[in-house]
Amino acid sequence: MTAFGMRPPAPGEESPPELLSPDTVVDLARERAESQVDEVLDALDTELVGLAPVKTRIRQIAALLLVDRVRARFGLEAARPSLHMCFTGSPGTGKTTVAVRLAELLHRLGYLRKGHLVSVTRDDLVGQYVGHTAPKTKEVLKRAMGGVLFIDEAYYLYRAENERDYGQEAIEILLQVMENQRDDVVVVLAGYADRMDSFFSSNPGMSSRIAHHIDFPDYDTAELEEIGLLMLAREGYGLADETGPVFRSYIELRREQPRFANARSIRNAIERARLRHASRLMATAAKVDLAALTTLRPEDFRASRVFAGG
Amino acid sequence: MRITQGTFSYLPDLTDEEITLQIAYALDNGWPCSIEYTDDPHPRNSYWEMWGLPMFDLKDPAGVLMELNECRRTFPNHYVRLNTYDARYGRQTTALQFIVQRPANEPGFRLTRQETADRQVRYTMHAYATDRPEGERY
Repeated sequence: MTAFGMRPPAPGEESPPELLSPDTVVDLARERAESQVDEVLDALDTELVGLAPVKTRIRQIAALLLVDRVRARFGLEAARPSLHMCFTGSPGTGKTTVAVRLAELLHRLGYLRKGHLVSVTRDDLVGQYVGHTAPKTKEVLKRAMGGVLFIDEAYYLYRAENERDYGQEAIEILLQVMENQRDDVVVVLAGYADRMDSFFSSNPGMSSRIAHHIDFPDYDTAELEEIGLLMLAREGYGLADETGPVFRSYIELRREQPRFANARSIRNAIERARLRHASRLMATAAKVDLAALTTLRPEDFRASRVFAGG
Repeated sequence: MRITQGTFSYLPDLTDEEITLQIAYALDNGWPCSIEYTDDPHPRNSYWEMWGLPMFDLKDPAGVLMELNECRRTFPNHYVRLNTYDARYGRQTTALQFIVQRPANEPGFRLTRQETADRQVRYTMHAYATDRPEGERY
């Protein structure tokens, strides 16, 4: 093709970037600083309590991508690692939060072009009648391209009891895109561990295309307390000195009860404590100062039915 | 006869990399993209067949390119073009539209003259390709 007018050279015609000679030494620490990945990793460490196995795995992935980048500068070609993941864990263990951070991290490392997160469930992927599923799934995939597609409770996609369920069609399209366009989108499946296991055993193709299975452990009481304090601090509340032990025993009691959803239950408890705090102020105090507005007292938690044994 | 219409019509056909850059430009401006195809390239045939629905809320050109390639695979000998729509209040119009695929052989148009009253002549354009039925034209 001849050059036409003011047209700049086509991207393919440009000379490739200079390769480093084999005896060059690259400063990994500088590479690391330039990619600004530490910011995200540090934020992950400080803002998310516990989750040691998750953080370890994400650090490993970050290291791999960084090293791959340096290798590429020496002209070493390695296949792009597949980064589709599966997050398993109880409700409220931070799967969505970690997915957001992950998208940001992969963007900084140059693996994803945009680094946004599209969070969907079965309803967004599976259609209601014949021929409705494929366009719907594709639309979601297109929206997620350049970022992370987070499928919450992914096992609902496959319904073993109904062989004509359209979920299977959505799974097939997902698989196809996960395989052919792994540069464009990272798919993260999330859900409870046992149900994900049965989902994978009935969809072996899905299981083999997912390189990273990350398990989110339940939090212990100390971690939950720390999470609670972080949440309070973020909303501009604090605990009075005598509230601390009450809060801790609340968490201990709540953990024993059914439908305990880790950090999410703590958040709800704090929401209810805020309600009681506000109505206590309305009922008792005619004038309030900043301390009264920001301090939760033991009775704000004591009134919970968790302490009433029910 | 090479058909020219839309933006970049007098440039050589864009490569996939260049198309990707144009899509990225459109998405950065917040213009949703859509794909259309036809085998009747008459200049007054403004509304081509839609390839799926317009693609809203996309962040990355890869999604549009995926649909584009699928459309090219399905209609390897059709004209395919990419539209981007600027929905901003006060503009609400096609912001960018260009042909991304054309048939290998474009036979062009015939000019038909029709004698009418008072020695007037009416002119009509007729694409040679449209002599054959739809789907067998190119």
